[in-house]
Amino acid sequence: MQAWLISNLVAGALFAGGIALGVAVRRNRLWREATGELARRRPVALGVIALFVGVALLDSVAWVGGVEAGEDVVAVLEAQSVIDRAFLGFQEKSYSAPFASAEFYGGARLAHPGRHPLGTDILGRDVLYLTLKGARVALLIGGLTSLITIPLALLFGVSAGYFGGRIDDVVFFVMSTLASMPGLLLLIALIMAMGRSTLSVCIALAVTGWVGFCRLARGETLKLRELDYVQAARALGVSEPRIILRHILPNLMHLVVVTFVLMFSGLVLSEAILSWLGIGVDGSWGQMIDRARDELSRDPIIWWNLSAAGAALFVLLLAVNFVGDAVRDILDPRTLRENL
Amino acid sequence: MLAYVIRRLLYGAVVVLGVLLFLFVLFFTVTDPDDVARRALGEKALPEVIEQWKANHGYDKPLWPWQAERATESLLYDHFRRMLSFDFGRSDADDAPIAERIRRGMGPSLSLTVPLFVLGLGVGLALSLFVAFFRETYIDRMGVFLCVLGMSVSILLYIVGGQYAIGKLLRWFPISGFDFTPELLPRFLALPLVVGLAAGFGSDVRFYRTVFLEETNRDYVRTARAKGCGEGRIMWGHVLRNAMIPILTHTVLAIPFLFTGALLLESFFGIPGLGAITVDAIQGNDFSTLRTMVYIGSLLFILGQILTDVSYSLADPRVRLG
Amino acid sequence: MSSVLEVEGLATSFPMERGRVAVVDGVDLCLARGETLALVGESGCGKSVTALSILRLVPKPGRIEAGRVRLGGREIQGLPVTEMRRVRGREISMIFQEPQTSLNPVVRVGAQVVEAIRLHERGSREAARARALELFERVRIPDAAERLDAYPHELSGGLKQRVVIAMALAAHPKVLVADEPTTALDVTIQAQILELLRELQRELGMAILLITHDLGVVNELADRVAVMYAGRIVEAGTRAEVLGQPRHPYTQALLRSMPALAKRGERLAEIPGTVPWPGNWPAGCRFSTRCPRVMDVCRAREPEATRLSPTHTARCFAVAQELAT
Repeated sequence: MQAWLISNLVAGALFAGGIALGVAVRRNRLWREATGELARRRPVALGVIALFVGVALLDSVAWVGGVEAGEDVVAVLEAQSVIDRAFLGFQEKSYSAPFASAEFYGGARLAHPGRHPLGTDILGRDVLYLTLKGARVALLIGGLTSLITIPLALLFGVSAGYFGGRIDDVVFFVMSTLASMPGLLLLIALIMAMGRSTLSVCIALAVTGWVGFCRLARGETLKLRELDYVQAARALGVSEPRIILRHILPNLMHLVVVTFVLMFSGLVLSEAILSWLGIGVDGSWGQMIDRARDELSRDPIIWWNLSAAGAALFVLLLAVNFVGDAVRDILDPRTLRENL
Repeated sequence: MLAYVIRRLLYGAVVVLGVLLFLFVLFFTVTDPDDVARRALGEKALPEVIEQWKANHGYDKPLWPWQAERATESLLYDHFRRMLSFDFGRSDADDAPIAERIRRGMGPSLSLTVPLFVLGLGVGLALSLFVAFFRETYIDRMGVFLCVLGMSVSILLYIVGGQYAIGKLLRWFPISGFDFTPELLPRFLALPLVVGLAAGFGSDVRFYRTVFLEETNRDYVRTARAKGCGEGRIMWGHVLRNAMIPILTHTVLAIPFLFTGALLLESFFGIPGLGAITVDAIQGNDFSTLRTMVYIGSLLFILGQILTDVSYSLADPRVRLG
Repeated sequence: MSSVLEVEGLATSFPMERGRVAVVDGVDLCLARGETLALVGESGCGKSVTALSILRLVPKPGRIEAGRVRLGGREIQGLPVTEMRRVRGREISMIFQEPQTSLNPVVRVGAQVVEAIRLHERGSREAARARALELFERVRIPDAAERLDAYPHELSGGLKQRVVIAMALAAHPKVLVADEPTTALDVTIQAQILELLRELQRELGMAILLITHDLGVVNELADRVAVMYAGRIVEAGTRAEVLGQPRHPYTQALLRSMPALAKRGERLAEIPGTVPWPGNWPAGCRFSTRCPRVMDVCRAREPEATRLSPTHTARCFAVAQELAT
């Protein structure tokens, strides 16, 4: 299947999933109060994140056709997203400063003078356009990878914690082995071995990322298993899967949410470093920063590429960190108890 | 205690074997030696040349022991034997002996990472003690805000920004480069140290502060106050000693990030250490070097973990490891 | 009778959902030299906060709103913090409920007692250590010399509480505030600790403010009793008066509900309803919603203290009415 079709489907699925999650949250009193509290405490940060998500979604919805044949033949044949279409035919030949009317080197007149708020890069592409496209990559790396990693880690962690014995031994050993390789080195090794592509980056991030949460889930499950009401359920003959589903998992949900948010920033930062090393994902802000490395040493300096990507990265991560803190405070079992 | 250390070392040894197995699977099955050869020699290389290259680099045996006539004539066996005996062979990219390179790189790496670690810990603790002492005041709130801000900035931006601001604009220190002579060393290390410290402060200070605050809410602190202890004495004499326990664990968990930081700092600031070797290996598709670096990293990390457990039991009298 | 501790109109507030609430609302206490006053009440009535307020150890976000506290004639509520630190431990000490967590887990117990000594007395470390040993022996810790170097987790609950008591006595305070000192201990250990407190009081002439919800403990140790409900003292008097001839309906109900006094086969008497949450107090008398003798005036106004004898007071309209007739 074409890449753009998959992208559309995934975007659609995520959107639908988001709506379903929203409905489920509204039905549960505790979660509803928690989200309400979150909206109350961090409206700005949530708004910023929503903005980024919106941009990413816009960039994920793509289709072929509807492009006039002009200089850019490729654009006619390839799928163009909403964002792509907004910036079609907007390219220059080379560098230009924000809002400039002339090229940076040489001073030739631009095709669209004064219309590039963040300037253009070495190939003449509008920097705002590149920055907006980077949002999708960031959310892909941070969000999608987390969505895959966390359920996996939950599965292994809860199984290891609940069933113990051989399963625990195996999972613990695998965890120890993976955990004893310094994260970045392991990431590098995985990507080098699997070949440099978006998919291998995601897989590598998942492999390095699941251990932390798995350990947490396993530890919590061990504690939960000994709780009185779980023992009571076992004594009453409730089946194991049911116990796990109804008693263990719901008590891990607050950890899941906190971990998801924290993992997100970690993953995006990691990807930036990978891009820096040349093995990241195409189109990411990390790649923009990597490309812009030596632009700072030019004279006069070219600062807009780096600033745009750096600022976007910073703003998103700041918002996520603020939200993450608030989420952790709200979901902390201690604060939950106090407010009851 | 001795029994515990021995047990941990044994388990650590088992984990090392696991790591080696993982590396083997990753580097020999997911990528196979033919690919590696082609990458080094070029896509159009003739089969004989590839075979010769493979023979030179020890890749010309069958992968698994059961595929070979004798178990010891397999790549798996070779891999284990050589790694465990620290016989690292030659780089896939330029044929240079890896062990030699590592030996040369250790000095520069240590001269950066050790001060980074020590200073990071010391200054981080001091800052967070300060902030925790003034808890619930503006100093505290500002401190936390600055920490979150600092955490949200990628280390890359610290590197680029630091280099630009301090190296180019202010011209306080050289932008990059390295010299081992004692007089010049500090000048070259200054910038990477400052950048490395700045990048790490945000999350460290935040974490330490949380630990300190948790401790100040405990009952024994209340008892100390009831005895007539002043806040300063409480922080220093009571809270710090208890806080060191989780902080110790966290610090060791942070050791792998020393690798990360070192990697980037070294490659960017031109310090010829182990990190730079690794980055070169990435760019040169040098798998054998990469394998070795991951292996060594893991060894150090496992050792570090065992050290934490031991020091943890020394710091916390409640934990008696048997 | 010279009072070593006088508390007048103490009020301490905490922020709640609907704003700040005074969980201690106008408490008066009086403690004479060498006597034991028991402050009794159910959980949540504010007795612990009262004790903490006296020593100005109320944790934020709590705040002492009003009140005067005189220790040995000296007003201590207004003292600057550095002065107050000198008062704590030297003139008035406090011990808490949970011996498990009251001691610093990573410091040897001897050192913790030595710290208490050296905070208030000049002298060498050796002298302080010798005093610590003496204190250990005084609180009847067996093998005192070895135990000085033990860590808290190596001691049983009872021993830990003895260490805590030793620490509290280190600087010869005039008053010891004991917040449920035996609640977390086994019954047999409870008896030992109470016995210890009684002996120490006799030996040292120390006054004890004993916070407890256990009427059995009150019976063992107290010379005088004050009963607290919803932030206020509802009845106060000598032990004989309060336990023998309780006048306030709450005190009466408390005593009636003790299993020991109920005859076999009889239904245990309970107090209907539950203790109202701070801030959710009824208008007028705070016990009015659960009181068997409630009258209209009780729902309208708060009762003043009625003096039943030179030592016995009760805050109740019904009691006031009885006295008038």
